[in-house]
Amino acid sequence: MTGLADRMPSGRATRPEGINAPLLRRAARQEGIGFALLSLPGVIVVVLVLVLPMAWLFWMSAFDNAGNLSLENYERMLRPIYQRTFTTTFRIAFVVSIACGVLAYPIAYLMAQSGPRLSMLLMLCVMLPFWTSVLVRTYAWLVLLQRTGLINAALMDLGLISEPLALVHNELGTIIGMVHVMLPFMILPLYASMKAIDPALLLAAANCGATPAQGFRQVYLPQTFSGLASGISLVFVMCLGFFVTPVLLGGGRVSMWAQQISDNISLYGNWGAASSLGVVLVLCTAFVLGGMRMALAQIEKRGR
Amino acid sequence: MLSDPVTPTQITRGQRLWLYALVTLIALFLVVPCLLVIPMSFSGGTYLEFPPKSLSLRWYQAFLGSPEWRQATLTSLKSAGLTTVIATVLGTAAAWGIHQRSTVFSQGLRGLFMLPMLVPLILVAIGLFFLFSRLGLNGTLTGLVLAHTMLAIPFVVIAVGNGLSSYDMSQHMVAQSLGANGLVAFFTVTLPQIRISVLSGAVFAFITSFDEVVVGLFIASGSNETLARRMFSNIRDQVDPTVAAISSLLVGMVVIGMAVFMILQPKAKR
Repeated sequence: MTGLADRMPSGRATRPEGINAPLLRRAARQEGIGFALLSLPGVIVVVLVLVLPMAWLFWMSAFDNAGNLSLENYERMLRPIYQRTFTTTFRIAFVVSIACGVLAYPIAYLMAQSGPRLSMLLMLCVMLPFWTSVLVRTYAWLVLLQRTGLINAALMDLGLISEPLALVHNELGTIIGMVHVMLPFMILPLYASMKAIDPALLLAAANCGATPAQGFRQVYLPQTFSGLASGISLVFVMCLGFFVTPVLLGGGRVSMWAQQISDNISLYGNWGAASSLGVVLVLCTAFVLGGMRMALAQIEKRGR
Repeated sequence: MLSDPVTPTQITRGQRLWLYALVTLIALFLVVPCLLVIPMSFSGGTYLEFPPKSLSLRWYQAFLGSPEWRQATLTSLKSAGLTTVIATVLGTAAAWGIHQRSTVFSQGLRGLFMLPMLVPLILVAIGLFFLFSRLGLNGTLTGLVLAHTMLAIPFVVIAVGNGLSSYDMSQHMVAQSLGANGLVAFFTVTLPQIRISVLSGAVFAFITSFDEVVVGLFIASGSNETLARRMFSNIRDQVDPTVAAISSLLVGMVVIGMAVFMILQPKAKR
């Protein structure tokens, strides 16, 4: 009996049997085509508005300004000015993703461990910045961190400093703003992975004589690695191509990858340079995300 | 109270004070910058100051009284409204179609719909700038809505897909076996049950379009400048307290939206 009973829960057709099989198969095929057609309008939009221009950029990156096939655009990336952009970008992305991991862990942990009220309150604290426009938050940081801003004023009033600190229009300001923008993206997957941990495991660890610290280190922490890893790599990748906050808080002094791409178009009209930078950015993104997926699959396999 | 255990492993609240203190600091770090713009926007001075020395509504007047800001707000609302409708319809149809079969083909489609989320926005922006300059779509509402619809589709597909995965598909089949055609069955039986997911997809689509900066920076010029683009140029070139007023309005909308959601949520669960 592989009939109705198996097929009801998922609603997905099984291979038809018996005398009407050819007819049923044809009906299933027609139905399948109908379902595919449902996604067609969406597919057209994504292909036309995303895949096509991306393919165009990839294509353009392989030609020099005279229109000849060449690697000129990729060789240009070895120049010191681009090297500096790459090192800045990777350094900032690294610092921001580690900082996000460190800040996200305690808050996600408390959210997962405490009662409904506290965890709801903390969730609201995460959702407010999550839903607030990046522009608004970047603007707020600009105002907070500027020379006459709240932080400098408070530090001077307390007598801790006599001169205002340079907190913005530099790498420090960029990093602070980016951590604020990225933190919710780190907390949410981490919280999900912590919520999935069976509390009985910690009880069992304690029963076996583990101190709370041992229980946390040896039982709890390893189970959050996958959430931590996926959050960190997500944040890392988003940092690599991030435009708004570095431009506004870097004040033109922190040249990250996305700004370099944008400058090549709006200042120099150099499509070859911009597109080759873009191609490498996409490849880096795919590499990090793909690597993370493979690593997670490995962890899962070992866990079984 | 401090000696109450918080976990089965007998850590008391008191032993955890440091964690509460640390988390309070992190929560403040998350929340304070979002809320700080509100008191600042009522400042009466020409510069941003905190705490404001005198209170006034002048920056709200500056925002509402400026035809450019009004025009930009209108463009953003139009673009976000159209994007929400189109992306929600296309995304829901796609998610429904994909959910019916779990073949390599439908997995591939799902992957294709995730692409707009994965490609860095700056690349989407310059790619579209290039394409739209060939098609004459730069600076038009059509171009803007097309771009934003593409960016919003993944969120709708994910939200509706999540809704469908906890929906009992046999109900749809029962409706069909009772004589409803696929369309009627979908609108009368399926859609009412996944409406929360569709709605959350629509909210994501609206926000995606309304808050989008980078693509708009390249393709939304002239009379179809978006609010986000105008705010970006304003913050970059001059720190004008008008932006504080707009930001406060935006934060106020988020707070109201979250409050509405909190009030409605228990009813939805029941």
